[in-house]
Amino acid sequence: MNTTTKPPLAPPSALLAELTYRCPLACPYCSNPLNMGGRETEMSTDEWKAIFTQAAALGVLHVHMSGGEPASRRDLRDLVAHCAQLELYTNLITSGVGLTRTSLRELAAAGLDHVQLSIQDAEPKSADWIGGYEGGFAKKMEVAGWVAEEGLPLTVNAVIHRANVARAADMVDFAVRLGARRIEIAHTQYYGWALLNRAHLMPTRDQSEKAYAEVEERRERYKGQIVIDHVAPDYHAKYPKACMSGWGRMSMNVTPQGKVLPCHAAETIPGLEFWNARERTLADIWANSPGFNAYRGDDWMQEPCRSCERKAEDFGGCRCQALALAGDASACDPICVKSPRHGLIAEIAARDSAEKVEGFIPRRIERTREKTEA
Amino acid sequence: MTEQLTEDSRPHLLRGVKLKNDQVRKAWVLLAPERYLRLNAISVDILQRCDGAAALATIVDGLAEKYKADRAMIERDVRGLLNNLLEKRMLGL
Repeated sequence: MNTTTKPPLAPPSALLAELTYRCPLACPYCSNPLNMGGRETEMSTDEWKAIFTQAAALGVLHVHMSGGEPASRRDLRDLVAHCAQLELYTNLITSGVGLTRTSLRELAAAGLDHVQLSIQDAEPKSADWIGGYEGGFAKKMEVAGWVAEEGLPLTVNAVIHRANVARAADMVDFAVRLGARRIEIAHTQYYGWALLNRAHLMPTRDQSEKAYAEVEERRERYKGQIVIDHVAPDYHAKYPKACMSGWGRMSMNVTPQGKVLPCHAAETIPGLEFWNARERTLADIWANSPGFNAYRGDDWMQEPCRSCERKAEDFGGCRCQALALAGDASACDPICVKSPRHGLIAEIAARDSAEKVEGFIPRRIERTREKTEA
Repeated sequence: MTEQLTEDSRPHLLRGVKLKNDQVRKAWVLLAPERYLRLNAISVDILQRCDGAAALATIVDGLAEKYKADRAMIERDVRGLLNNLLEKRMLGL
């Protein structure tokens, strides 16, 4: 039976605060939009504080301080302290570049709960090349040491693509040596800059599968030592990911300019209206923003999702990907074998992984205009 | 290797892992890096006793006394929860 249900709206548990789009690195798989506003467009300290205060009242548990590079904000410590006072769990998602020994100590003292540090590769030269920042790898190692000295829990985050796919499992070993409690091995998800650079980033199916299996093998070996969160390579998968654990179900992203989105890429879907926290309360936006309500529940679903037994599990996959690859944001995510367009994914993956183009387009704010006008 | 829980272990939540009585959900939650767990009343009772000072044996004794329950059964529940958190790297001994 094709029953549709609208569950009662639960409070959001997580808020991703994109404090700034400024970043010293230029990772070609960045999930930020192609159209990034600079410093002059960013919200003030007080605007962010007001958002965090509302978030706590609304039921948010985790605040992820992200960007860009959040350490590019001079008020980072103030914002962390404000969240700590509100008993919000604060997670710093950082490249490490821009942190100093002193600033990290101050963040810890202000109540920072956790650090997520990105690495671009386990091999220093390659890592610096991917991030487009000479000396970045060495700096990250230094930061990992400081995190340990402060006694803060560390997660290492590594995005996997053609240039580092052979070392995916090495990165797990590396994170263990750094003393990390968690590692996220995330095969590139193709949105934002990653979609633009897909032909430079896509590994072959064999490379993906080998890397995936090698990382999974580490799970048992390091049980109780490090927790591995493994994000599968979409284009080589059979079923889609439960994107964001469901659209507008658990979390919200706030952009540096105050726009409140269900995910990083939501604005790529044309015709959706998203509201701004500079103009409305977070509670109003969470409950009533047309953009958030567009894909909640399952009323919006088409076949094969509508009658699919997996719909409560994967929510039809990713709306942004359905748009990008199937041309319809309400369609079944074509990653799914049940999608009539699933064959296209294998074609794209094979074509993009075969094309040997060197030199991706680095993510830079100053490139924003040329990329979006092109 | 996961650390082994013994009668003498003194379990405690690791830094970055916190109990919170969430007023919005009207529920206790355990906050950890990038995740949270909703806790039932018994789990909260167990974790509130994991202060790094009390030994596992003492924790189990206290719970058996409070709930007037079979000690072996309580110990099984406590070990079940704590081993799960050890694997998730949320607990220290």
